[in-house]
Amino acid sequence: MHGPDVSWYVALAGILFATGAIGVLVRRSPLIILLSVEIMLNGANLALMAFARHLGNEQGQVFAIAVMAVAASEVVVGLGLIVAMGRRNLQLDVDEFRTLRG
Amino acid sequence: MANFLVWCVWVVAAFACLASALGVISFRNPFFSALALIANLASLAVLYLLLGGEFVAAAQILVYGGAVMVMFLFVIAYLGEKTGEAPWAGGPSWQLVATVLAAAAILVEVIVAVGLSTGGELSHSAHITRSFGSPESIGRLFLTNQLIAFEVTSIVLLIAAVGGVVLGSHARAIEMAPEPEHLVEEASFAGVGAEADARA
Repeated sequence: MHGPDVSWYVALAGILFATGAIGVLVRRSPLIILLSVEIMLNGANLALMAFARHLGNEQGQVFAIAVMAVAASEVVVGLGLIVAMGRRNLQLDVDEFRTLRG
Repeated sequence: MANFLVWCVWVVAAFACLASALGVISFRNPFFSALALIANLASLAVLYLLLGGEFVAAAQILVYGGAVMVMFLFVIAYLGEKTGEAPWAGGPSWQLVATVLAAAAILVEVIVAVGLSTGGELSHSAHITRSFGSPESIGRLFLTNQLIAFEVTSIVLLIAAVGGVVLGSHARAIEMAPEPEHLVEEASFAGVGAEADARA
């Protein structure tokens, strides 16, 4: 059982990462930006898993699980901020938040 | 024959992965975006299984597809109607073109860097045992070599939970003490909780 080489997985991971980056830069809703950041983290995770398989070493998989935990923490804090914005009846549009602009 | 089957599964999972990722960034309704992200996570779990990561695939489905996405859907159901936007409407603006160029540059950079450092030799050549990626071996690594990472991860999760509670309680203080409309519009984000506390 061989299937595609690990380089195919790495190329797919790169495309996923680029797709998530487009989402972060183009969309203006903070909810969609968080979802796109999840896509980028998953692209990185796929690369970690592919290299773990390439090297025959499980430490990459351990790293992928740590990335998952960090992603969960990031979602908690990000969604907390978004809910706080929503409760203040702000328009959920990152272009509208300019209080800190000089 | 087995090789052909693995290729078929890989192609289906990879196309599902890319299509759902494009769906996440292009759906107008954030609810559909979240559902597309669930499909993306499931197809990635299939790819992890093909790479021999059984435990990571299970954790992906449970932690991401279950816990994290339920939280996302809850928040979208709560505030989703406040985020109407049409991402690709009005033809390509210069920001859109620049974004796609930047993303393409990232992709080319990744491929060139990986190709140069590995010499294009990425294969399944490494010999692995049957227990590669099983819960037993991952757990053993976590409790021996990676013990510090394990403990630090637990602290990170604890701090995130505390942060979520703090953000939620500030938002509740604002709701209890409603302010005049123009103050709500202009008050800085961090100062409002303190103001509400002082008023109470």
